[in-house]
Amino acid sequence: MKENNNKNHNGNGHTEISGAEAVINILIAEGVETVFGYPGGAIMPIYDNLMNVEDKVTHILTRHEQGAAHAAQAYAMVTGKPGVCLATSGPGATNLVTGIANAYLDSVPVVFITAQVVSTLIGTDAFQETDIIGVSMPVTKWNCQVKSASEIPEALSKAFYIATTGRPGPVLVDITKDAQIERLNFSYSKCDYIRSYNPHIPLHMKEIESAAILINHASRPMIIAGHGVLISHAEKELMMFAEKTGIPVALTLLGLSAFPSSHRLYAGYLGMHGNYAPNVLTNEADLLIAVGMRFDDRVTGNLKKYAPDASIIHIDIDAAEINKNVKVDVAINNDAGETLKSLIPLVNNNSYEKWIRAFRICDKTEFDTIIKNEIKPESGEIKMGEVVKLISDLTKGDAVIVTDVGQNQMVTARYYRFTEPNTLVTSGGLGTMGFGLPAAVGARLGSQKKNVISFLGDGGFQMTIQELGTIMQYNIGVKIVILNNSYLGMVRQWQDMFFSKRYASTEMVNPDFAAIAAAYRMPAKKVSERDELEPAVREMLATDGPFLLEVTVEKETNVMPMVQPGASVSEIKLTH
Amino acid sequence: MNQEYTLSVFSEDHIGILNQITIILTRRQINIDSITASESAVRGVHLITIVVRTTPELIQKVVRQMEKVIDVLKVFAHTSEEIVYQEIALFKVPTKVMMSGNIVDQVVRNHNGRLVEVTPEYMVIEKTGHKDEIIELLRFLEKHGILQFVRSGRIAITRQVKELHSYLKEMDTATRSKIPEESIYN
Repeated sequence: MKENNNKNHNGNGHTEISGAEAVINILIAEGVETVFGYPGGAIMPIYDNLMNVEDKVTHILTRHEQGAAHAAQAYAMVTGKPGVCLATSGPGATNLVTGIANAYLDSVPVVFITAQVVSTLIGTDAFQETDIIGVSMPVTKWNCQVKSASEIPEALSKAFYIATTGRPGPVLVDITKDAQIERLNFSYSKCDYIRSYNPHIPLHMKEIESAAILINHASRPMIIAGHGVLISHAEKELMMFAEKTGIPVALTLLGLSAFPSSHRLYAGYLGMHGNYAPNVLTNEADLLIAVGMRFDDRVTGNLKKYAPDASIIHIDIDAAEINKNVKVDVAINNDAGETLKSLIPLVNNNSYEKWIRAFRICDKTEFDTIIKNEIKPESGEIKMGEVVKLISDLTKGDAVIVTDVGQNQMVTARYYRFTEPNTLVTSGGLGTMGFGLPAAVGARLGSQKKNVISFLGDGGFQMTIQELGTIMQYNIGVKIVILNNSYLGMVRQWQDMFFSKRYASTEMVNPDFAAIAAAYRMPAKKVSERDELEPAVREMLATDGPFLLEVTVEKETNVMPMVQPGASVSEIKLTH
Repeated sequence: MNQEYTLSVFSEDHIGILNQITIILTRRQINIDSITASESAVRGVHLITIVVRTTPELIQKVVRQMEKVIDVLKVFAHTSEEIVYQEIALFKVPTKVMMSGNIVDQVVRNHNGRLVEVTPEYMVIEKTGHKDEIIELLRFLEKHGILQFVRSGRIAITRQVKELHSYLKEMDTATRSKIPEESIYN
């Protein structure tokens, strides 16, 4: 045996290398340039080989595996390429689970590679052994365990193929330590076929034609578009379809940035804290055209009272989403872009001036009762909305916006004006507090944009605050905006509205965030007065490298409007 | 209204499929009446047969969620009229009891049971049929004393004319096939 050589040619044109080196070669073959992760005992062979290719693959050492998972997801969201995340066995793998679930609910392609104890110890409760295949099964699109080096190429090629095709999602490949060390005759080709999995669904013109008939005969139609539009890169098709038909476009939270906020047909943001017009008018519409969205309960409110007068056309690539929450009249189980492309020639040029006016009237009501005071308050403490609005105005949409979860997220979704696709990174389905800071790391590394701005609450920031270390180590130029109300704001809002203002465990005593930033050698500014806000924001945006801006905002304020739990979207409350 | 459905889940023969299928039922709080698994007529394709009681709406959602599992090829949900189905049961009874009166005779003639093993101490009776027929025999033998009883899950054959082969071929045509046909269906 030629054990001392790193690479042996066996005469078949194949190269004999270790399983760990095969993993690295595959990452390079799949075009992976950045990976996020955290080493540990079982994954050491992979890390050792990663060190040999530092010029090709950059590894970002986060401060916790959850941070690596969120960063990899955000990287995938802004680049459109799969994120890759490494973790060791046992606690390394279990620490990923929140991040995996988050990527699963938001359909983001991330390839998770976890290490496993040596194969002879599996099932024995060995040190740092967990059944991560069993644990991750309900939150991955696919997972598999590899116990010998020769299985690595097939497992990883399937992983990349499954993660990135159809409705994307996270996959997990668990590789035993001995499989990483064992040698194999390496050759690699990308996977493009799995018998039991067909992401390329043929278009059925009959359904497209039925949809066109409904569209051409509607008098109060509304497009409700979601993340599927962005995943499918169908923003142009959506725009062409909307402009030809003259139908207003409302967006879900994850659909934000798929259609410009400034467009005359933009109908607003849907959902529990969305805009007044699209929520109220959902129940007046006679046709809903749902594109790449899944009728989440935060969008529909009470299903029994949802869109009672509307026929529904549902375009979604995931067959399991069709008729899951809402019964639809025409189901098109296909890619958003492909479907819109074939639909556009069949629909009539049209305009719905009277119907659009109904949206503008609602918009005025919302502006007068809520927005005006949120973005341009005359006096009193600083409001979250005015911070977001100011940053929106100063960046003019030329930024990637990252949010945490809660009031900071809802206010950002409401008041930031998105102009370009894929410029919002947020945790939608899972609503993961602690997402915002590590996601900003991944977004900054994936995006060409200078300004990657993360809006965080004081609660969520402290859930993953350790990632300041990652930002320092790699000098990642993220702008951190902490909207500090010294409360878990959204929970406090619900306590205010539904639990008789009994603020159970929602008030927070916070540290000096600027001092923490200083310890991480990060410039920081704390703002409590309105006249200090704009200069501080300008300073932040002019700074190369990371910057932390803490804004003391109004303590007890509720994000309105709100579709209360159990209420219909048309019962959305402007005031409480 | 809840009704009985027989799910036929055709899948690749990979570790963990059964788990991936059953967690879908667990999440929907659907109880499994019976479950069996074996290879199907297509080599390499496994068939899991699950009997559940649920609503027509929910069964369709569950079928689509099961088909979403990467290694699942095709899922059918059938009502009892749409399938031919059987279950098998084994009874262990003391020989002494069986030899008193005409019990053996009744088991064989009236209940279509079959003696598969006879020893001086015990007899093993096999009964194939629908659940109610098996339960009927169980009630009969209970009166005389049973040492052991076990009933299998349901196995089912569909009455539909279109067979799995044609579904597999359709799926294959839809996919950009890179694999020669004979290696897929042999």
